[in-house]
Amino acid sequence: MYAFTFHRPQTLRQAVGLLAKNEEAKLLAGGHTLLPTMKLRLAGPPQLVDLSLVDGLSGIELRGRSLSIGAMTRHNDVNTSPVVHEAIPALAKLAGLIGDPAVRHMGTIGGSIANNDPNADYPAACLGLGATIITNKRRIKADDFFTGMFSTALEPAEIITKVSFPIPKKAAYQKFKNQASRFALVGVFVSKRGSDIRLAVTGAGANGVFRVPSFEEALKTRFSPKSLEGMSIPADGMNSDIHGSAEYRAHLVGVLARRAVAEAIGK
Amino acid sequence: MAAVSLTVNGKPVTADVDSRTLLVQLLREQLRLTGTHVGCDTSQCGACVVHVNGRAVKSCTILALQLEGANVLTIEGLAPADGPLHPMQEAFRENHGLQCGYCTPGMIMTAVDMVRRKGHDLDDHTIREELEGNICRCTGYHNIVKAIAAGARAMRHGATAAAAE
Amino acid sequence: MSAIGIGAAVRRKEDQRFITGRGHYTDDINRPGQAAIYFIRSPHAHARIKTINKSAAAGMPGVAGIFTGTEFAQDKLGNLICGWTVLSKDGSPMKMAPHAALAAGKANHVGDAVAVVIADTLAQAKDAAEKVKVEYEVLAAVVDPAKAAANGAPLIHEVAPNNTIYNWHLGDPAATDAAFRNASHVTALEFVNNRLVPNAMEPRAALAEYDAASGSLTLWNASQNPHVARLVISAFVGMAPENKLRVVAPDVGGGFGSKIFIYPEEVVCLWAARKLNRPVKWTAERSESFITDAHGRDHVTKAQMAFDGEGKIVGLKVHTIANLGAYMSTFSSAVPTFLYATLLSGQYEIPHIYCEVDAVYTNTVPVDAYRGAGRPEAAYVVERLVEVSARELGIDPAVLREKNFVKKFPYQTSVASLYDAGDFNASLQKALQIHDYKGFAKRRRESERNGKLRGIGFASYIEACGVAPSSLVGQLGAGVGLWESAEVRVNPTGSVEVLTGCHAHGQGHETTFAQLVADRLGIAIDQVNVLHGDTDIVQFGMGTYGSRSGAVGMSAIVKALDKVEAKAKKIAAHLLEAAEADIVFKDGKFTVAGTDKSAAWGEVALGAYVAHKFPTSEIEPGLKESSFYDPTNFTFPAGCHICEVEVDPDTGEAAVVGWTAVDDFGTVVNPMIVEGQVHGGVAQGVGQALLEHTVYDDKGQLITGSYMDYAMPRADNLPDFKVDMTVTRCPSNPLGIKGCGEAGAIAAPAAVMNAVTDALGTEAIDMPATPASVWAALQRTNKLPRAA
Repeated sequence: MYAFTFHRPQTLRQAVGLLAKNEEAKLLAGGHTLLPTMKLRLAGPPQLVDLSLVDGLSGIELRGRSLSIGAMTRHNDVNTSPVVHEAIPALAKLAGLIGDPAVRHMGTIGGSIANNDPNADYPAACLGLGATIITNKRRIKADDFFTGMFSTALEPAEIITKVSFPIPKKAAYQKFKNQASRFALVGVFVSKRGSDIRLAVTGAGANGVFRVPSFEEALKTRFSPKSLEGMSIPADGMNSDIHGSAEYRAHLVGVLARRAVAEAIGK
Repeated sequence: MAAVSLTVNGKPVTADVDSRTLLVQLLREQLRLTGTHVGCDTSQCGACVVHVNGRAVKSCTILALQLEGANVLTIEGLAPADGPLHPMQEAFRENHGLQCGYCTPGMIMTAVDMVRRKGHDLDDHTIREELEGNICRCTGYHNIVKAIAAGARAMRHGATAAAAE
Repeated sequence: MSAIGIGAAVRRKEDQRFITGRGHYTDDINRPGQAAIYFIRSPHAHARIKTINKSAAAGMPGVAGIFTGTEFAQDKLGNLICGWTVLSKDGSPMKMAPHAALAAGKANHVGDAVAVVIADTLAQAKDAAEKVKVEYEVLAAVVDPAKAAANGAPLIHEVAPNNTIYNWHLGDPAATDAAFRNASHVTALEFVNNRLVPNAMEPRAALAEYDAASGSLTLWNASQNPHVARLVISAFVGMAPENKLRVVAPDVGGGFGSKIFIYPEEVVCLWAARKLNRPVKWTAERSESFITDAHGRDHVTKAQMAFDGEGKIVGLKVHTIANLGAYMSTFSSAVPTFLYATLLSGQYEIPHIYCEVDAVYTNTVPVDAYRGAGRPEAAYVVERLVEVSARELGIDPAVLREKNFVKKFPYQTSVASLYDAGDFNASLQKALQIHDYKGFAKRRRESERNGKLRGIGFASYIEACGVAPSSLVGQLGAGVGLWESAEVRVNPTGSVEVLTGCHAHGQGHETTFAQLVADRLGIAIDQVNVLHGDTDIVQFGMGTYGSRSGAVGMSAIVKALDKVEAKAKKIAAHLLEAAEADIVFKDGKFTVAGTDKSAAWGEVALGAYVAHKFPTSEIEPGLKESSFYDPTNFTFPAGCHICEVEVDPDTGEAAVVGWTAVDDFGTVVNPMIVEGQVHGGVAQGVGQALLEHTVYDDKGQLITGSYMDYAMPRADNLPDFKVDMTVTRCPSNPLGIKGCGEAGAIAAPAAVMNAVTDALGTEAIDMPATPASVWAALQRTNKLPRAA
């Protein structure tokens, strides 16, 4: 690691101030992407702003028809929360598929979303549920938030405070893990809320998480895996690496989409 | 350098650390608690697992300065040095759940945390899934799975005994 | 069988320290004034080192020294060596290129160290290393072993034209060709035996200290054979005379072969410690391990097996290109030759075998022995061919194997190995029964009902262990003998220290060796301490690898025990005032035959040291004996493993759903430990077959340089294993032990791939059978409906 100055603000205002003052400062949430990167000297922020003492950034709350999860809420807490299990069981399950138990004790939803790793799970849930990402400045729709691999709509000195998920009628997440990293080689999150059907894919796309309009359209006719039979997405724009060709990933999107829909309708 | 105060294995500790000091470095290099190991640099192998405030975490992926006021338990503190072994330690020995011993402290700390979260009746499938973050190159996991199942059962008796006292 | 003796599942003595976090690995050791060393490594696979400018780094905080390969060369130390000379077909010796511990002039693989920074802390050393400017001229690299010898391939070492180290062969080409001409069926296969990264969980480490007063050096090193390390670093590198160099291998966190070898880092640490008169410590980070630990396997092979009309094998032809990487590692030359081709007869009577091996340099990490070392590659060739032949001939693979098994022993193979004992069919039949082979068809139908493909695969493997008869390996080019040493020191109170030249890094010698001694002397197992891994304590030994510690190391202990008992009887005779010939030693007691006179073990031990009651002119005081045991033959563990897989055709994921292992290891000292060795070996073999993919790009960058890309077997990748044994004693050593450490890794890759190809209905897939490659193979076959 390169040397850095460590800050532990107590309030969001202090945290924002530190970011505003230090252009290259990085936020430390769960640290499970940032610290390994820093250890390998692939990142060297001169300042690190630890969010763990900032008031009001963690917690899970059901508000009417939406579920609000604080940015610093750990994956394990989402995974085991009775509130999440009741409201959006697919989200609880997804949180339990991230990393391993020790990672889930540290990793946070805000950190995951802000990092927007193309193989991360939470971006699929946000996009697949039509979440709203709430920051110290504004509310950003998931459709506008994820702008590409490791890139988001967040501006300098903008901090995610919570994520608000509308509660779907049906939802499911299917993840096919990269055998080495255990990140999503492909993950598909599908949800149905009234006539709003969303199907989001992580892991596969060369440009990060994305929706599949053709699948969503097909599911509007009938929310059943049968509606997706024989459907696939083009391999163009898919990642291709030693873990899988673009064709394979495109194929998995179809397989996992059908499985996710089957799971969502309880089949 | 900055000071950090925390509790390690029940004892208060104050240490001067560089901001980039990881918990595992504090434990191994400053406190000379060398039972916690480092086996990778990508937070995957689990040789460094300790408990922070009762939860299993990877001590290679947390800064010492994040632990101000925290309660850290390492393999050395799991059982009293001169007392009986923790039931999970005993189960690893009884079931030959270790060979070279390098991943073992992390395995045991993960196993104890697993029991806390998942209870005393652990089936093989659950144990294998829960071990995603702990890599062993020697045992093929077969005996680790057996050891954790046995250790989990034994911890119930241990807990009962402790509660009765 | 006693409760602690041979055959008893005694719980391990060493576990107490490991389960309480009180093990003592190299990185756990710290010396006063210790500095950290950081290796500056070439980021290029092949590059001329033009300049190294360290001026900006020299004054950085904490820096104690910065040294380049050129400065290292000025001290005129010797190179690292490959200690086994292999001759080409034409009689010319292998082309061993110089391998300096720090590269000067040219870097030959990504990770080749070109300079070091020593500083008070590792962070400071790294900070300074970033200021060391190395200017490289990048050269074209060659990575693919199949292309290394081609005309126009970049030349890595002047001494090795066409990057060729040797063109070696074994067997009779004319007779083999003739057998093929008369064959009624020939099965031909081509395959890659994939390169593996060993990944012992403890990264390699070295701590060197110089004592200026005595001029001696101490090296703590994560090593499988500290004695050979001392010999090589002293006699070949010339670091210090042997008596001025102590090597200690404390607790070592797994080796699997990768810690046998003498690496640049320990040499450089010693050199720097003396230069700076300060202890110097290095511990690999995992990403460093990936690019510096000797890798395993990496063969490209074409093979054919010929059958007569009765389904009997009449011949085998094998051509292998073996990638040895950028330098010849310590034992690299022997792995694809004497440890490979000599096992190509498998468990079968094959009258004619011809094998050619071309070893090449590439711009990759050196390749050397990794668990099984040559024998997994041989078993893969033979067992894949037999399985595919059975499919082509329409014969049940179990039946085809049985038909061709060697049934009479000793059996002289056509590839030099002399099989001394075995019962191959016994292992096969027992495995078939335990596995419920007959129930497979039903299980397959059930899988198919669930949309899955199911396959079953066998591996009836054989290996040569108990390495090795010294004169024989000497004739084959080995630079050392492969005997083992032991010393049994009886203390005056009757407790015992056993000193062995073997080294345990997970195998449990502190328990099994103590079982042997305690049982023989009739004392408690706690009264026996096993000491190893320190050249100041144990005089010399050959270390632990090749499943040799039981067969060779324990045999040496038996010899020393024989001497101890003989001397103790002499002393007992005096104590009991009886004739030596009348003394009987049993259950820890010396008795005079036909009388009730007896002396306990402890009394005789004390008597030996008090030395009051025997003539010291005839019998020396004390009770301590040593021995060197040299095996008379290799041992031949063998067995049958059956793997069952279920493949999800939609995702391509192949899951191992059943595993049966029936092994014949000869005498089993501790079944608990032996079964653990099988489990671990199988896991590594399954890893090779399904997960572990070492990928270089064409520029020589290791793509799979961390666990993010290199898939290590995790608990959920593996099933419960059914492990059982058959026993034929090994006739060539006193305990009848054959060895067990590598069997699983030898059997498993073939068993898995036989099962996967059975499920897929195509042979055209190489290891690792990852989901992506299985899915791709299914697309090619078109036999199955594309996943709906």
